[in-house]
This record gives sequence, C-alpha cells and structure tokens, in this order.
Amino acid sequence: MTLKVDTAAPPRPPGSRGVSGHRASGRGGNGLARFDLRATPYFLVSPYFVLFTLFGVFPLGYTLWVSLHDWELAGDKTFLGLDNYIELIADGAFWNAVVNTVGIFVISTIPQLVLALMLANALNKRIRGRLFFRLGVLLPLVTSVVAVAVVFTQLYSRDYGMVNWFLGIFGVEPIEWQNQSWTAWIAISTMIDWRWTGYNAIILLAAMQTIPKDLYEAASLDGASPRRQFWQITVPMLRPTLIFVVFVSTIGGLTLFAEPVMFEGNPTMAGGATGQYQTVAMFIVKEAFRDFDMGYASAAAWLLFALILIGTLINYSFTRRIGGNK
Amino acid sequence: MLNNKRQGKLAAVAVMAATALAITSCGSSEPAKPAAGGGSAAAEPVTITVHTFGGGENFGYDKAVEKWNAEHPNIQVKYQNLTDRFEDVYLPQLLQKLQAGSGAADIVGIDEGAMGLMKSRPQFFTDLSEHGLDSRKADFPAAKWENGINKDGKLFALGTDIGGMTMCYRKDLFEKAGLPTDREEVGKLWPDWNAFMEAGKKFQAAFPAKGDPKFLDGPNTLYNVVLSQEAPKNGNIAYFDTGNQLVIDKNPAVKTAFDTVKSFSEAGLTAKLASFTPEWNAAIKKGGFATMGCPAWMLGVVSGAAGDENKGKWDVAAVPGGAGNWGGSYLAVPKQSKHPKEAAEVLNYLTGKEGHVLAFQEAAAFPSSLPAQQDPAVADLKNEFFNDAPTGQIFGASVKDLLPVFLGEKHAQVKTAAEKVLEGMDKGSIPYGEAWTKFVEAGTKAAG
Repeated sequence: MTLKVDTAAPPRPPGSRGVSGHRASGRGGNGLARFDLRATPYFLVSPYFVLFTLFGVFPLGYTLWVSLHDWELAGDKTFLGLDNYIELIADGAFWNAVVNTVGIFVISTIPQLVLALMLANALNKRIRGRLFFRLGVLLPLVTSVVAVAVVFTQLYSRDYGMVNWFLGIFGVEPIEWQNQSWTAWIAISTMIDWRWTGYNAIILLAAMQTIPKDLYEAASLDGASPRRQFWQITVPMLRPTLIFVVFVSTIGGLTLFAEPVMFEGNPTMAGGATGQYQTVAMFIVKEAFRDFDMGYASAAAWLLFALILIGTLINYSFTRRIGGNK
Repeated sequence: MLNNKRQGKLAAVAVMAATALAITSCGSSEPAKPAAGGGSAAAEPVTITVHTFGGGENFGYDKAVEKWNAEHPNIQVKYQNLTDRFEDVYLPQLLQKLQAGSGAADIVGIDEGAMGLMKSRPQFFTDLSEHGLDSRKADFPAAKWENGINKDGKLFALGTDIGGMTMCYRKDLFEKAGLPTDREEVGKLWPDWNAFMEAGKKFQAAFPAKGDPKFLDGPNTLYNVVLSQEAPKNGNIAYFDTGNQLVIDKNPAVKTAFDTVKSFSEAGLTAKLASFTPEWNAAIKKGGFATMGCPAWMLGVVSGAAGDENKGKWDVAAVPGGAGNWGGSYLAVPKQSKHPKEAAEVLNYLTGKEGHVLAFQEAAAFPSSLPAQQDPAVADLKNEFFNDAPTGQIFGASVKDLLPVFLGEKHAQVKTAAEKVLEGMDKGSIPYGEAWTKFVEAGTKAAG
C-alpha cells in the first residue's frame, strides 16, 4: 500500500518541469501539446494501474460480490446479503484461526524485529569479514518457503526429529509438535524467523548507513556511550524504516499460509485435527477449495482484509512513538 | 495456454504417426498448424487425455492404455494419475477446471464419494447415451449403474472398480508375534471385530517397546471398513439420508464405526498414522504396522507403496465382520472435451470387460463389470505380490451380495472433516471423551 502511494506521487514534478522544454519546440497544435503534457505522465504510470485493476481491484470487488452469496464452487449461487458475514462472526472456527494467526504473528514478529535490529547494529560495526556476514544473514531468504518448511517440519518430527533428540538429552519426553497450539506456534514461528530475520536486518542496516556519521561523532564528543547512541540516535533515525518493516511484517504475518500448510504435511488445510495452527489464510482456502463454499470464504477474505488494516494501524501507532521523546 | 499444450500434444502424435522418428521440440511445433486447423477431420489422430487419482498403482490403466494405443493409431490415449489424494487435491482441482471450462481431461476419474456432488451438476458432463453407451446397462450391477445417472436422468459416468473388503496383514510380523500366518487360519482367527481386538492385543504383547510395529495402521482404514459393513444394516445410508439430510449423529452405522476405532486407539493398537500420507506409505514399506483394512483397490496402493523388494511380506485374509464396499470409482467425459465421441469410445473400452480385466491384473482393482467378474482372467487370478493370494476368488465372494450405500451431495466434505477428528483423537490432540461431540460438530459444519 505504501508502494502504491509512492508510484502515484512522482508524475507531477516531471510534468511541470516539462512545460518550458515543450513550449520551446511546440509549434501549432498547442492543444495537442497540452494534451500530451497532461496525458503522458498518466500514460507512463498506467501499466501499473492497469495491472493493479486487473489483478487487484477486480478480484477485490468480485470477492465482495461473491461474499454476498451462497456461492458453491462449480455449483449453485443464491443471493444472501450479509448472512455470510453474520455467520462468520459467530463462527468459532474462524476466530480460532484468527487467534492462531495473531498468536503466531506475535511470537514470531517481536523476537524477529528485535533480533534484526541487533543484527543490523552488529553488522554496521567495523568487523572482520563484514561482507561475508552481511551476505550470510540474507542467505535464508534465498531458499524457498516450502523447502524451509519441509526441513523444519522434519526437524520437529515426533520420532526422528533433531529437536526432540536434543531435548531428549535433557530428559524431555518426545513432543508431538503438531498436537498442541503453543508447540505448533513455536515451531512455525521459528520457520518464519529463520527466513525473514536476515531480510529485515539488511533493510535496517541500509537505513542505518544513511544516518550521518557526524551525529555519532558529536554524541561521542559529548561522552555518550555506544548504547546511548544506539537508543538516542540510531533507533529514532530508523523510525520510517522501522514503520515500513513493521507494516510488511504485519501483512506477511496475518496472511501466513505456506509454513503451517507444509507443517501439517497434507493439503487438507485443517491446521491440525482441531485447527491448532490453522491460520486465517488456511481457513479461507479450506472453505473455498475443500468445502467448496466460495461465498463464505470470500466473506472471510474480506474480514481478513479488515483485520490487516486494523493490525497495521495498531502497529503504526506503536512504532510512531519510537524515539518520540526527541 | 492449455489449448497450446493440447496442440503441442496433437502435433507430437502427428509427427510420431507420420515419421516414427524422435521429435525435437522444434520439429513438433511446425506441423501443429495443420493438426489444429484440421478441425473435426476424423482422419487426424486425436489425443484423449485420461486423469485419475489414487496411491500406488491406483486405477491400473498402464497396460490397458498401452494396448489401446497400439491398436488405435488414430486415437491415442494419454493417461496420467494426478495425485494420491482425492478429496482435498483432485476433487477441488477438477471442480475448478469444470467451472473454468478448460483444463479438465477428456476422461476423468471420479471417486464414489463425490458422485453425489457430480450427479447434481449435470451441466459439466457429456451425456454418454448420445454415444451409445446406454447399451452397457446389462454389464453392471444395478447399484453401480444407477449411480452413474445424474439428476437430469442422463447417463454421465460408468463404473470402474468396486471395493470388496479384505484385511491386509504382514506375514513376517505375524510370524514374529506367534500368530498364524496362513491366510485361511488368519481369517479364522478373527470372525468378528472382538476377535480382531483379541488378536491385536496378542500381537502387541509381542511388540511392547516404543519403536516397535503396531497392530493397525491408524484410524482411517478401520473406520471405513466398519462403516461400509454397518451402512447396509442401517438403511444403506452413511452420513446423509436419501433426502440429503445429514444424519451423522443419528445413523448407528457411523457411531459403531467411530466406537470401533476409538476402542482400538484406546487399546494402543494403532500406529497413529493417517492414510495417504508419506509416513503411512513409509510404514507400509518398512513394516510399521501389521494390519490394515483393504478394499480391493487398496491392494494396488499397498503393493505400489511397499515396492517389489517387499513382495510376499504382505498377504490378504478375510475381513472381520463380513461384506462391505468401500470406494470404487467412475469415469466420465466432461462437456468441455473437444473430442467427446472419441473420449466416449475410450471410456467404453476402459469400463468394458477388457479394460476391467487388465486393470485388475495390474492394480487389483476389482471389476464392477459383471462380464469381467466372470472372466477366468479375473475369477482365477492370483496376486503375485500377496503370496499368490487368490484375489479373484476372495473379492468375487466379498461383493456377491453387495448393497449400494447412498452417498449425499456433500459426502466427500463430511467424510474428510469427520476423519480428521478421528486422526486427532488417535494422535491424542482430542481427548477420547470429547471426540464424538467434535466428530459430529466437524461433520455438521462441513455439511453446512
């Protein structure tokens, strides 16, 4: 969403700058030239918007339309009005999925961002083999989500998994990680963190490098400790980037899908026998493509959209306060 | 995009027929134009795609297709088994392709469990009687034939196999546990489910340690076997009554099947493996459990998953509790097929005596076609993988007085949801005391 705003904004400056150049060469057909002036920027940005309309706005609108029906996949369609939404709000399974999604989001994202911030700070220091480490933290991002999930699922397997073997050394009984909510949440969170911590660290690192060095020099002249410099200079200066990172993590976290699906090991989308780790995205796919209830799934998709908006706003208000005592 | 693909296939066939030379991808794109532009010219070779599902050797059409292709240069069949999971992979994909109007094969396999759903969507399938297949009525048991007629009264699907019931068992593990190994004696060991439980306890006593094999695979096969035996005793219905009303909580057949699974799980006799998962396949191969419910088509799944190196380790015996039918499939021609006439011909062949016999030889899928059942190639067939078990005889006897079970429009969804609860109960994430309530809840939700 932030990206959209960015692309929409630029056209105006180039348009106004073009005025003088165009007038010099403009001879006759003044109207056409003006039209050209006005239209060209829109034309140039249009590919994005055409694609966005086709693959973004249309599905959004169509999903809304479908959500107002009892719409069976390859079957009957009857208009229901808001019944799907009313049923959904009273549906324990939906809220179970919401709780799982938020739960996994919280226990994965918070450690992930703290860790990313610390990593970025460390990588920003003068250390040996800096390039090696910087590339190293990005490596997990190169592996596909499914590969990560498959490997981690094996690590967490009941009988021959490495995690249970390790815990066994300390006398812990083998855990069936899929069986309970909290164990499944932890397992899934580690998959997410493995893949995304480095990515966020690199983004934060890039932002750190844009912070003027003289701020640190001035601070150290005033006798500020490195820790104080980190909290009083680095973190406040990172605020816009942090907001971006938190937004992206929120959207990613609330639409979590591939990891829990692979963790389950079969494509029923149930997220465990009692939905211990069924996320909202899985709930939607299950309703649409396992129970063939497209209308209900579409309503759930719209509610997820609303939840993401709310989640992002909450996080925005939190991150805005970072270093707010400036 | 799919049209291009199909043209590519057509082209490949054209080149093969014309030159019988190896084709490069470059060469195959050249003659695509005449093949595609030719329209309905009958002389052009036509490719008929067949999509099926199932584990192991599934429908067992490799030999039948090979034979057809050798005899019919003008109609070449491309046979592909898409997945081993029907309800949650094959069926949703098929529905999406039907809805989209492209992408479905010329002939599609449909499991019995989804026939209720497909019957209520006549708009997607070709009326097979338009191609003369209504003449096949005498070849099938009445129940199998009736199920292929949709709500508009049109014939849209013909039966492939039926799932007469047996119990598969690991001979080597039985021997170690001191149980009889001969299939006659094993059958006598368990006339009913109580005796089966006793045998299980005896078996498990010989394998008490943690990593040892278990007596049963998991909840799914046992549940389906018992349900298929009980349903005919309770008005021939499973989850839905004939008015398509959900009766999951009222049908004693469902409760009996549920309770049987629960008792075996509580006794610690299950390996806690859900069917058609990689772990389950691995355990079939490695001997992670000693018995599993085996409808006819399951023999192909077992031999496929176990592999040739385990030939002779698995055997089949009579099932406790008597006759039943689990599964069995149908073939249909989607309306979107560009060659419905040729597809109907191929379908006629695959569901005919010859196709049935070849499939039985390959995958042990027991023919629903009556002439095929009586064919000596079926009746006298021994299954090499299962110690030369006389499978023709065993299954022939088990389907003799088979009654049809009515399966509602949403049978597949309810089945998936309900069995998920059984798996959870078996694995311990749902306490035994709450499982029945959860089971009914899940089924009710899936039906709604």
